[in-house]
Amino acid sequence: MSLDYTTPQFIIERNRDRCIDCRVCVNQCANEAHIYDEEEGRVVSDDSRCVDCHRCVVLCPTRALSVRKYPLEYKEHGTWTARDINAIYKQAATGGILLTGMGTDRNYRIYWDHLLLNASQVTNPSIDPLREPMELKTFLGRKPESLVIENGRLAEKLPPQLELEVPVMFSAMSFGSISLNAHKSLARAAEEMGTYFNTGEGGLHRELYRYGQNTIVQVASGRFGVHQDYLNAGAAIEIKIGQGAKPGIGGHLPGEKVGTEVSLTRMIPRGSDAISPAPHHDIYSIEDLRQLIFSLKEATNYEKPVSVKIAAVHNVAAIASGIARAGADIIAIDGFRAGTGATPLRTRDNVGIPIELALAAVDSRLREEGIRNQVSLVIGGTIRNSADIVKAIALGADAVYIGTSALIALGCHMCQQCFTGKCNWGIATQDPNLVKRLNPDIGARRAANLLRAWAHEIKELLGGMGINALESLRGNRLMLRGINLTTKELEILGVKHAGE
Amino acid sequence: MMVKTIDAKGIYYRQLNDMVQQAVNEGATRIILENVNGQRYIATRVNKPVDIEIQGVPGNDLGAFMNGSTIIVRDNGQDAIGNTMNAGKIVVHGHAGDVLGYAMRGGKLFIKGDVGYRVGIHMKEYEDHVPVIIIGGTAGSFLGEYMAGGILILLGLNRKPGQPVAGDYLGTGMHGGVIYVRGEVDRTRLGKEVSVFELNEEDNRKLDELLREYCADLGIDYEQVRKEKFVKLVPVSHRPYGNLYAAC
Repeated sequence: MSLDYTTPQFIIERNRDRCIDCRVCVNQCANEAHIYDEEEGRVVSDDSRCVDCHRCVVLCPTRALSVRKYPLEYKEHGTWTARDINAIYKQAATGGILLTGMGTDRNYRIYWDHLLLNASQVTNPSIDPLREPMELKTFLGRKPESLVIENGRLAEKLPPQLELEVPVMFSAMSFGSISLNAHKSLARAAEEMGTYFNTGEGGLHRELYRYGQNTIVQVASGRFGVHQDYLNAGAAIEIKIGQGAKPGIGGHLPGEKVGTEVSLTRMIPRGSDAISPAPHHDIYSIEDLRQLIFSLKEATNYEKPVSVKIAAVHNVAAIASGIARAGADIIAIDGFRAGTGATPLRTRDNVGIPIELALAAVDSRLREEGIRNQVSLVIGGTIRNSADIVKAIALGADAVYIGTSALIALGCHMCQQCFTGKCNWGIATQDPNLVKRLNPDIGARRAANLLRAWAHEIKELLGGMGINALESLRGNRLMLRGINLTTKELEILGVKHAGE
Repeated sequence: MMVKTIDAKGIYYRQLNDMVQQAVNEGATRIILENVNGQRYIATRVNKPVDIEIQGVPGNDLGAFMNGSTIIVRDNGQDAIGNTMNAGKIVVHGHAGDVLGYAMRGGKLFIKGDVGYRVGIHMKEYEDHVPVIIIGGTAGSFLGEYMAGGILILLGLNRKPGQPVAGDYLGTGMHGGVIYVRGEVDRTRLGKEVSVFELNEEDNRKLDELLREYCADLGIDYEQVRKEKFVKLVPVSHRPYGNLYAAC
């Protein structure tokens, strides 16, 4: 065997005074990092298999386990870090494209952390949301130029709208990339909280059709599971052009993950690779996009809003303008820090732009062109907490998508190995023994709790600003100030510096 | 059988499709559309096994997402016919454009004449859904690209001397399904994921059945079509990208 030069990333530390060799860790680790040595009669660990998912640490009954970064120092070098060296070792050994999961782990600037919110003092007094009404309701869809009212009623039918009780939706994650129990958890939480979950491009499992009123069904280049019943099942349809974690490239669900249920839902044979081409080959222009948007509207009798999801890239403002003019009701923009089940490392870490800048640029552009009312803007790609949401709304978003945050609520520990299909938390896996670790009743409760907590916090922050309806904050950049930002960054964000 | 005739002259597609829908809702099982001139999305909304005859040239996305209707086009067709079609049948008595049968999962698409680029791409099959596209004339480049299932048959009838039966990148990225080509295939035009094979008994049985139906629908002499030999293109691997990645 030739040496592959790689060293473990983590070290498993077992406190021998505490370990009772009960083998819980052995049974819990799908990566087989813990092994029961029959001859020695005790549990041992293989550090090289550990992905730092914390499953064994959390479940160890005697708290005997901990996991630390492997204590191996490379000689200090300003250019060549351990990360760079190990990547080359891997590629020299395999000749493969480096594959990873979740959003980028590089330290790009997170603009949310450089934006500060306003609060009322003396004038325009603040509002206490615990005792006064506070409105978070959000409608997503095309808003007409004007309303015609006759005898106190609307004379014309409004374009179809999604109605959200909280301005947060669960972003597209396909059944296939995540488990059925994860989908069920999100669907039930969406129903309970009056919002929506998104099927992703893998179809809608037959058990989830009952949540159709709280479902956005996605149509991507592979068209997996797309048929009349599916299109009509959802409250809205989303055309996926791109996603933030891998702008410009397609998707690829390996055949190992296409078991019976995934096969039924995607309507493809068991064990076959599900390949989503990088482009929709029927869309080469804004006119072609319009054709697909209206084919979906035709298929659903113009009763559902159609969203178009794109990754935030350099010319995002011009692209968004085109999408609005193509007839989309909602534009979903995914920033380059967004998560995913599998993405080539170099694409994830180097392609696209931050969502904060993209959002500000798109909102400004659509306003300048006088077409902001024609579309709703939904953004995603690192919404970590309620403050990020409030800042996003103030920058011009109508609502946000959360993916990673939702999975963390379900128990994800961010080990970033989703693509292996060995998720020990039962989320990014199709292995029935792992899937059952995620109880959808508990998952739904936790995901709903997260939205409930954030809704309370959003109301607190709004109240502090003296605002009693989220609608009054939308695009209200005067409520934001920048901190530690350059003049150019402030200009793009359209906010003043703190102190101005 | 309730027959409804609609004059499409000067009518915007959305109104025309509303009229078709109304006719279906009123119980029409056969609808004749006269003077069709580029109206899009015909029969997309129908979702029922009705017969639709189109006189004139229908616009793009004819029968998109179609689920069980039968459409006969007496003239040429345009782009994206049978887009993501689930079931049913579309017969075009003339030529047709680009991206026909994109991601088609079931049903049949019979074209009498030539077709454009990227026809039958990402066709897929699932259980008893096996989509079929038969092209009487020639096809442009990227025929059957990304094909994951289903049957594509290319006849190349009425070609000019020296005219190739298909453009470049035939079957590129193909990882399922089968393409039958009448006559010889220029191997320099093939995508790297496919190879050429002789037909076996099962192939011939399947081909017989489909070609008899096609020839009957379009008034083509079956014996004449069958006179020339067919070859079969299938993917070399159903996992063309299985070893492309290294975990990190």
